[in-house]
Amino acid sequence: MTGAAPLHQGGAVCVRVFRVTVRLGDFEVLKGVSFDVPAGASLAVVGPNGAGKSTLVKVILGLVAPLEGTVAVFGERPGANPGRVGYVPQLKTFDRTFPATALELVATGLRREWPGRVRSGEREQALAALRRVGAEQLAIRPLARLSGGELQRAYLARAFVRRPELVLLDEPATGVDYLAERDIYDLLEEYQADSGASVVMVTHDLTAARYHADRVLVLNRTARGFGLPEEVLCDECLEDAFGHKHHGHGPRV
Amino acid sequence: MSLVEALALPFFQRAVLAGLAIAVMSGVLGVFVVQRRLSFLGDGLAHAAFGGMGIGAFVIVTTGLIGSSVALLKHPLWIALPFSVLAALAIAALRKRTRLSSDTAIGVAFAVSVALGVMFFSLIPPDVNLGLSVMDLLFGSILGVRQGDLLVILVVAAAAVLVLLTTWGRLAYATFDDELARGDGVRAEALELVLFLVAAVVIAVSATVVGIVLMAAYLVIPAAGARLVARTLAQMTALSVLIGVASTLIGLGLSFYLDVPSGATIVLTQAVMFVPAAVFGARR
Ligand SMILES: Nc1ncnc2c1ncn2[C@@H]1O[C@H](COP(=O)(O)OP(=O)(O)O)[C@@H](O)[C@H]1O
Ligand SMILES: [Mg+2]
Repeated sequence: MTGAAPLHQGGAVCVRVFRVTVRLGDFEVLKGVSFDVPAGASLAVVGPNGAGKSTLVKVILGLVAPLEGTVAVFGERPGANPGRVGYVPQLKTFDRTFPATALELVATGLRREWPGRVRSGEREQALAALRRVGAEQLAIRPLARLSGGELQRAYLARAFVRRPELVLLDEPATGVDYLAERDIYDLLEEYQADSGASVVMVTHDLTAARYHADRVLVLNRTARGFGLPEEVLCDECLEDAFGHKHHGHGPRV
Repeated sequence: MSLVEALALPFFQRAVLAGLAIAVMSGVLGVFVVQRRLSFLGDGLAHAAFGGMGIGAFVIVTTGLIGSSVALLKHPLWIALPFSVLAALAIAALRKRTRLSSDTAIGVAFAVSVALGVMFFSLIPPDVNLGLSVMDLLFGSILGVRQGDLLVILVVAAAAVLVLLTTWGRLAYATFDDELARGDGVRAEALELVLFLVAAVVIAVSATVVGIVLMAAYLVIPAAGARLVARTLAQMTALSVLIGVASTLIGLGLSFYLDVPSGATIVLTQAVMFVPAAVFGARR
């Protein structure tokens, strides 16, 4: 621990990350990262592959424990309130031999366990969530038969169905061919306006970060920039973070 | 004698009840074994149980427990069970440490278990009646189930099914995606340990009754067949139990009529039930 984080008054901060260092194996994935997400705000996290973006999301979820530093979500330890957080994971290979329907996946968002039988109340909520992402017709389809884009919609519905106060999205538009990325950002903004939720969104899309986020964190193991989009997404900051004109001289692993 | 008359015979009733209990508990357990690709765990634990039974039999004979008037005390299961549980804990620890080399390590450990079992059984004087032979442990003698064995199996089945059904939703969630489940507060590692321990007990107890070959079949074939037709994990679980139950009843009935070995008939019945499942599954 590196000392206590300075506190704001009255729960105005949804996520506080303070001097967080994460080591996975021998590799220091994050080093001394600090930032706040005010309640109701949206943060875009940008950075090159391997920058530690997904790791940061997992730290906020409580899946990865920092070696140093402190993290607070709703003023408590990460993972303390899973029902208040909606998580859309980075599109990954998933076990296509697992017999499941999209409706069941969405229902895990309500029940926080795998449903043996989806009850009628859950079914209505899950269908409504699928409808919101334009995927109601997927409900009874086997998950194994969904395309990448369809699967991503199911994961989005799963995250939103519980009406989360914090939404964590890890590259929600990557690998998604026909799903118009704009749909996702519109959906997010609509949900935020409606619910007052906070959003942390990892994205490759700098345009999306510029126009759809209140704040931007440029990450490459360390926080290379944090602030308003127009401040942080300047050419020099990005060159620095993405290493095209690399000025950094951090320790090499 | 007709099948109805056979059903009135106590030994046949015990065989049916024991087979059904094993079918139900391994049907539910088998779904997780198949979906988590843990078939090696089933084989490994069955072999560990065999080694444990050999050691147990030797201890019981050499310590004179064999002369005890309490039937349960002279059963080598009481040494085989902790042996299997330790084996399950060792596998869990190995898996956590090194994903790569665990298969090899387990393979070595279980070859050693079988060798230990054979060695210790061979040390027992031939005139001692254990009511249990190496052949029984390998290939089982479901028609020779004794009253005490049946009691143990029914109790274990009830406990195993209770544990599996109360943790089912969380186990299934973690089986689908460990990360999503943990993000939702599911203690996936602890649950995996529970699963391994249940498997250790179920397999050790079942293997003493039906043999390790039939046990391995019960654990994998019904769940694998169910997987081919089921659209949801709940359906797969129900179907897996159903295939296990049906193959037990049909297998025992057929073995009675045809006067062929019951364990082998049950396995072959399970295999035959796989065919329509595969045809149905392929057509979907
Ligand atoms: N379990 C792990 N053990 C060791 N290194 C890891 C592990 N997970 C991720 N890494 C490494 O950490 C770095 C950051 O990974 P990640 O957070 O996924 O990056 P990003 O999402 O920004 O592409 C990568 O170099 C990756 O190889
Ligand atoms: Mg990533």
